Amino acid sequence: MTWIFLFGLFVGNMTAQVSPEVPVMDFEGLEARLPADPEQLVIVNFWATWCQPCVKEMPYFNTLSRKYADDPRIRVILVSLDMETQMQTRVLPFIADRKLHPDVWLLDDPDANKWIDKVDPSWSGAIPATLFYKNNQRKFYQQSFHSVEELEDIIQTFP
Amino acid sequence: MKYILTALLILTLIFSVSAQYEIGNVVDDFSLKSTDGEMVSMANYPDAKGYIIIFTCNHCPYAIAYEDRIIELHNEWAPKGYPVIAINPNDPDVQPDDSFEKMKERASEKNFPFKYVLDKGQKVYPKFGAERTPHVFLVDENSILRYIGAIDNNYKSAEAADEHYLRDAISALEAGKDPNPAMTKAIGCTIKTAK
Repeated sequence: MTWIFLFGLFVGNMTAQVSPEVPVMDFEGLEARLPADPEQLVIVNFWATWCQPCVKEMPYFNTLSRKYADDPRIRVILVSLDMETQMQTRVLPFIADRKLHPDVWLLDDPDANKWIDKVDPSWSGAIPATLFYKNNQRKFYQQSFHSVEELEDIIQTFP
Repeated sequence: MKYILTALLILTLIFSVSAQYEIGNVVDDFSLKSTDGEMVSMANYPDAKGYIIIFTCNHCPYAIAYEDRIIELHNEWAPKGYPVIAINPNDPDVQPDDSFEKMKERASEKNFPFKYVLDKGQKVYPKFGAERTPHVFLVDENSILRYIGAIDNNYKSAEAADEHYLRDAISALEAGKDPNPAMTKAIGCTIKTAK
């Protein structure tokens, strides 16, 4: 009995260690949380586990994030638009399976008409969509990316 | 002067070729095959006071979340002269779940009371400027585009929605007014096209 209990504790601990943390927020929370370091280029990718083109381009953002892991000048953030109810069934398993390196946040704010324009007025709301910003410079892309180089090219355009 | 006129003419041509419909524009009719085998056009509804054209599809979770609301909209508004016409804009080669066969299955499972047609060849959705599913275009009886955007402001729950943009837009037309807002946005799935 004790052994089963101990084993349970052990397994419980292991899962606690590998399961990534995904904060859930509304748009106001997202705005407050986005880094505002003028020296840092922030790449914010809006995606969802059910969005095929998002899933397809995910490796490029993952590679990019790993490459600049120790470089404070560049940060990648993945903003998931999955339903919060699918956190355990889809979002966390996806992050673990894909060994996602960037921080993943879940934006739970269904009143999208109120905030889509704040991300960028040219955004229709279709995903994937990616925002690059540094200090006062912003570039927004409502499109899929097809290589890490494509992302690097955009990074190069920032001073 | 001549050069300016030529330049203007060229610019006008460019814009008329690439432009998509905007609020107030007259939209062209279309002829697309429905899951029941019939060809569907706006002209098929001679008594219509307007058309609720919704670009939607089988596979997209946001489209699925709105299915029941689209059925309700049709049941409520079609008798009053505003039928729903649901158009699947996706290329089935890219998104097999949105094939014509799968559309038929979905229409029969959910007993869609409205026409569900495939934009075969993807010629119609670019004219409307549809960018995602679901994406609504409300057209009045004179084929003038009056509202573009979302159905309401909460994809997760019809009960939780407290702004009913589309319903309000149709009511505005009924009252002889301009919908306000005439455009709204929502998160949705990109329209799938072959590269």
